[in-house]
Amino acid sequence: MTPLAVSIAGALASFGLVVVVLELIRSGRLRERYALLWLATGITLTALSAWRSGLNTIAVWLGVRSYPPAVLFAVGILFILAVLLHYSTVISRLSDQNVILAQRLALLEQQQSAGPTSER
Amino acid sequence: MSDVATTTSAAAGLPGLSELRRVAIVPALNEEIAIARVIDELRAFDPGMDVVVVDDGSVDRTAAVAVAKGARVLRLPFNLGIGGAVQTGFRFAFENGYDLAVRVDGDGQHDPSELPRVLEPVLRGEADIVVGSRFAGDGDGYRSSRTRRLGIRLLARIVSRIVGQRVTDTTSGFQALNRQGIALFARDYPHDYPEVEATIMVFRHRLRLEEVPVAMRERGGGRSSITTLRSIYYMLKVLLAIFVGLFRRNVVPQEDTT
Repeated sequence: MTPLAVSIAGALASFGLVVVVLELIRSGRLRERYALLWLATGITLTALSAWRSGLNTIAVWLGVRSYPPAVLFAVGILFILAVLLHYSTVISRLSDQNVILAQRLALLEQQQSAGPTSER
Repeated sequence: MSDVATTTSAAAGLPGLSELRRVAIVPALNEEIAIARVIDELRAFDPGMDVVVVDDGSVDRTAAVAVAKGARVLRLPFNLGIGGAVQTGFRFAFENGYDLAVRVDGDGQHDPSELPRVLEPVLRGEADIVVGSRFAGDGDGYRSSRTRRLGIRLLARIVSRIVGQRVTDTTSGFQALNRQGIALFARDYPHDYPEVEATIMVFRHRLRLEEVPVAMRERGGGRSSITTLRSIYYMLKVLLAIFVGLFRRNVVPQEDTT
């Protein structure tokens, strides 16, 4: 069985994450679009920490008999991977858009300084 | 820019309209088929109304068709989503000193001949923002999937409760705005699925919103950008935004909007 202290610490920390994410949205520093995954992380980890018998059952399913909180770490790591992968796609999109913006700006500046080209 | 409306146009019957600088904001994504008719109908409704098409990164001839039809075209360098596209139009309207803006979707589902209903409360000075609702009156003439209608209704209920005024259609993009409304949306406009949050925003800034019943048409071409999976995601996102928004303080409207 999971030590009680681990359950309490896990639940408090995960719940803290949820509160921080909500406050970041409220104050306009985090877009809802990027918050959903964080909220899913926080809520899942809070639930798994607080629901001690459930965590135990899942651990038994997975064959982790010696130390059930390992499941907590595994789930946490999975979610962190998901968030990171999501960020990688976001960064890819942003850098693509950044290239397009820079190209548009260069074309605009050229038009401004030289006037539109006569061929067009 | 705005000419005086000719007496033959449908808009001539609206008192006060011809003195105002007015613009139609038309967001469009891959609507090369529908956009020509939308522009023609807007011109027929009110020749003195400028038409600005916001091309949200179309890969077809939407922008070319709109230019050929004499509309002004704001071409976004990449797809911003409906919120970002529409706000571009509001920024244009704000910075160019328009007194009145209507928003008409580029897919042809908003019938410009319904514009008098949407415009009247603004022209009478009774509302800052008027929304054409599919469900406010008898509300037929609009068909969509059952789940989508259910979602729209549910959001309308939640929003009505929060703002303390009956709102029936929080997803309608068929709107008319006065200068104050334009200024608010030019400054701050939600992304992704903007109308729900925008409705709440309007009330938080103590502007007056009114709904009028309108009939909407089937889409004139192209296809809706909303799929089932996306609807679920949007629903979650919007509900989260609404929930968090409850804990924000109300904002007093800014005095200086011109």
